[in-house]
Amino acid sequence: MLGLVLKRMLLVIPNLIGVVIITFLLTRALPGDPAAYFAGPAATKEAIEQVRAKLGLDKPLIVQFGQYVSDLGHLNLGNSLTTGQPVLTELKNRLPASAELTLFGLILSMAIAVPLGILAAVRQGSWIDHTCRIVATSGVSLPVFFTGLLLVYAFYFLLGWAPAPLGRLDVFFSPPPQITGFYLIDSLLNRDLATFRASLSQLLLPGFTLCIFSLAPIARMTRASMLAVLASDFVRTARASGLKNRTVIITYAFRNAMLPVVTTLGMVFSFLLGANVLVEKVFAWPGIGSYAVEALIASDFAPVQGFVLTMAIMYVALNLAIDMLYGIIDPRVRLEG
Amino acid sequence: MNESASVIRQAAAVAEKPQQNSMLRHARYVVSENPVTGFAFALFTLIALCALIGPYIVPHDPLASDTAATLRPPSFAHWFGTDALGRDIFSRVVVATRLDFLIALTSVVLVFAMGGLAGIAAGYFGGWTDRIVSRVADTIMAFPLFVLAMGIVAALGNTVTNIVIATAIINFPLYARVARAEANVRREAGFVLAARLSGNTEFRILLLHILPNIMPIMMVQISLTMGYAILNAAGLSFIGLGVRPPTPEWGIMVAEGAGNIISGEWWIALFPGAALMLAVFCFNLLGDGLRDLVDPQRRT
Repeated sequence: MLGLVLKRMLLVIPNLIGVVIITFLLTRALPGDPAAYFAGPAATKEAIEQVRAKLGLDKPLIVQFGQYVSDLGHLNLGNSLTTGQPVLTELKNRLPASAELTLFGLILSMAIAVPLGILAAVRQGSWIDHTCRIVATSGVSLPVFFTGLLLVYAFYFLLGWAPAPLGRLDVFFSPPPQITGFYLIDSLLNRDLATFRASLSQLLLPGFTLCIFSLAPIARMTRASMLAVLASDFVRTARASGLKNRTVIITYAFRNAMLPVVTTLGMVFSFLLGANVLVEKVFAWPGIGSYAVEALIASDFAPVQGFVLTMAIMYVALNLAIDMLYGIIDPRVRLEG
Repeated sequence: MNESASVIRQAAAVAEKPQQNSMLRHARYVVSENPVTGFAFALFTLIALCALIGPYIVPHDPLASDTAATLRPPSFAHWFGTDALGRDIFSRVVVATRLDFLIALTSVVLVFAMGGLAGIAAGYFGGWTDRIVSRVADTIMAFPLFVLAMGIVAALGNTVTNIVIATAIINFPLYARVARAEANVRREAGFVLAARLSGNTEFRILLLHILPNIMPIMMVQISLTMGYAILNAAGLSFIGLGVRPPTPEWGIMVAEGAGNIISGEWWIALFPGAALMLAVFCFNLLGDGLRDLVDPQRRT
């Protein structure tokens, strides 16, 4: 198992190198002269040259790349122009908000999509199957920011069940002392049920928005792989041996059907991390996505670059984790590895 | 040589005729079996019409503001209501069709040219070409795609052209992979060997023999990614990239209406959002229908 883990980690390295090269190229592709841009609009010619020397932009590209990599090695992502803060600190402060939202959305969506997919496969052609297909097709067609706004209109304006879409916590509450950075977990650890309820009510709408968005691929994949497994020989054997229907479906079919579903999670994460940016904008969620959007509007490039890099590294790490999970669920992968 | 070629051509023509017939019959079967595909086609016609003649038939100027009639709910004079500047939302939604459609179409054509050609070259030649193309595709796939698109637009500059380029780049791996797999299966096919034997250059074989053969599958891919391209472009303009106000565009119109949702003016964001949704829905259904037609085995 350890060998397998090491092997998978080695496979990640070329991906990481590619990510670093692309983020580097993205800075150098800045329109116009980056030195003039960083020096500001009122800078004189000498000031621009000074900035150019300071940023190392007068050196050959390969030296600049070396500088960039060594900065990354020292965890230096540069400073934001608008706030003056180091990008890394801001990303670190805001990451838990994004992570809590994304994971909550994913868990919600798994909890709905997997049973839906299983039922659709077991009762193929029934109304549940049709519901599954409709949900899957409309889920991928709905722009995620539009779903979010519809939910806000229905549950905040019309029904008044949800709080105003303004961040992680109502202004009357103070955030729980930071342990994990996830408000739900921290408030529980602190035995503060009122804060827990308040942060949950803020989290529900954006969470459901992400859930609706990621429902489709998971439900579709669960249904397809359940159908394939239900038609296989071992399920027939299990049925012929007189096992109860429930045992056949849950113990035999479901376990085997989960493997391809876990593989699609990689793709689902790619969509979720992107959709997260839009959802954060709709719900004024103080995560790294809205940080990047604010910086983008202000043409403040360092935070955007740090954000793209952080997201890519997280995504590579998530894919690695999914690969490992696959090895744990399916012993055959371990044998081959 | 000449004679045998004409014999072969005749034989091919004979063989093609019933096949074409059966293709038509199959198309009719797919449409009648699945009325949804017919619906999607009707919707597509509507979208194409709006894109073509929309700007000439709308009742109001999409840019003209009317301070006397701001934030009006849908009525007979303004079918979809008016926005905060008193502009007619119906006219803006219809006029926006062309821009959204063009952004998606150009980016898909661009990625078809880049990804499709790179992919068939990789699948056909193998070796270094394959390694380079696959490595580029893998590196792009290592990013969450929307995030990469944001980074590209930020780096290249905040314009509509760069939104098209960013959307094309993030779709590159999809096209390259499909084209590579399809070309790879065909590199030793009988017709390719025959073409090589009759002295065609490799490049000519690639463009005139392999490419036409994988066209149907690429068309399905195009239709499926059109919806995604529209969503992506609208998402980028929703966060304030590319299209600038007051240009009518669905994503930016939803963004303009977002603030009004909390105070109950739902129509400003709803109609452009619904148009966006219908367009994406239409292309997804159309893609599924086309796939059933071209490649019935992949039906799910």
